[in-house]
Amino acid sequence: MPSILVAADDPAQPAAAAASPRSEALAALRISGSVGLAIFPIGGAFGMVVAHSGLDWWWASVFSSVIFAGSLEFLVVGLTVAGAPLAQIALTAFLVNSRHVFYTLSFPLHRVTGRAARAYSTFALTDEAYALTTGEAARSWPGRRIVWLQAFIQAYWVSGATAGAVLGVLLPIHLAGLEFAMTALFAVLALDAFRARRDIPVSALALAGALIARFAFPGELLLAAFALFTASLLARYGYTRRRETSHA
Amino acid sequence: MPDPAYLIGAVAVAAAVTWSLRALPFTVLGPLRASSVVRYLSARMPLGVLVILLAYSLRDLPLAHPALALPTALALAVTVALHLWRHNAVLSIVGGTAVHVLLVSTLPLH
Repeated sequence: MPSILVAADDPAQPAAAAASPRSEALAALRISGSVGLAIFPIGGAFGMVVAHSGLDWWWASVFSSVIFAGSLEFLVVGLTVAGAPLAQIALTAFLVNSRHVFYTLSFPLHRVTGRAARAYSTFALTDEAYALTTGEAARSWPGRRIVWLQAFIQAYWVSGATAGAVLGVLLPIHLAGLEFAMTALFAVLALDAFRARRDIPVSALALAGALIARFAFPGELLLAAFALFTASLLARYGYTRRRETSHA
Repeated sequence: MPDPAYLIGAVAVAAAVTWSLRALPFTVLGPLRASSVVRYLSARMPLGVLVILLAYSLRDLPLAHPALALPTALALAVTVALHLWRHNAVLSIVGGTAVHVLLVSTLPLH
């Protein structure tokens, strides 16, 4: 998702020179600004959905600070209002967020020191935090700056959600159709990911997996789609490897 | 309004599963970072995951009743067009959502 995240015009500060905690916090604040502009309004939309769902407004603050996983929070609102069993909520959380497993492969947790900081850093490993900290500009960032950045991202999200929920309570009209913000967010992130890596076969495999899952396993769309997509990627990996070795 | 104890349980379960998914793989997958298949997957998963999440968010689109699907289709077109034109995530998301809210609340769709 480069376009919202690359605005971090990091003046390539050498990590060693930026040792003071305050300067790291300031650097993180500057870097997080552009993402904050995107996160705050989506948090606001989430807060409004909470307010209109019949839950008390402050559940928006609880959801956004304790769960802290945007797309899952939207889903949990619908699930809890429908009284879904906790096992179904656990399964949904697993399916929606299992993609985070792959973030482990490149997130620079090894630069973060201290038990509490490392625990928080994994807790706050959102899509946005991952995208910001794994780009080219982030190679020189010390761990302290990464953790500050994650804290700012969470602050934008929680304050946006709270503000949206309060606004939703105050607004007498019911704004139908706000849930589209989630679809718009995924469309934007997918477009940005495609611009960063113009990989048509990968997009086609993912789309095919989603469509097959949609019609063959409608009840388990996410799990089926991710499984089909991963299996097709592995098959493609095996195929290209075989061709490379046979040509070598 | 659901029972607060149930809501606390729901939040706790969602948070625990999410944090486990974000934290536990560091101990398991750390040694695998160097493997070529894991690197192959990690370079290609993000784009595909987002395509799947987008499709997932559109799963309830009533394809058999095009008129009911119209607001979502138009709002998605606006979102994509705005994003291709201005490359500004906030503008695309807020613009597309505003179009959707406007259409859903004004079109006589029932």
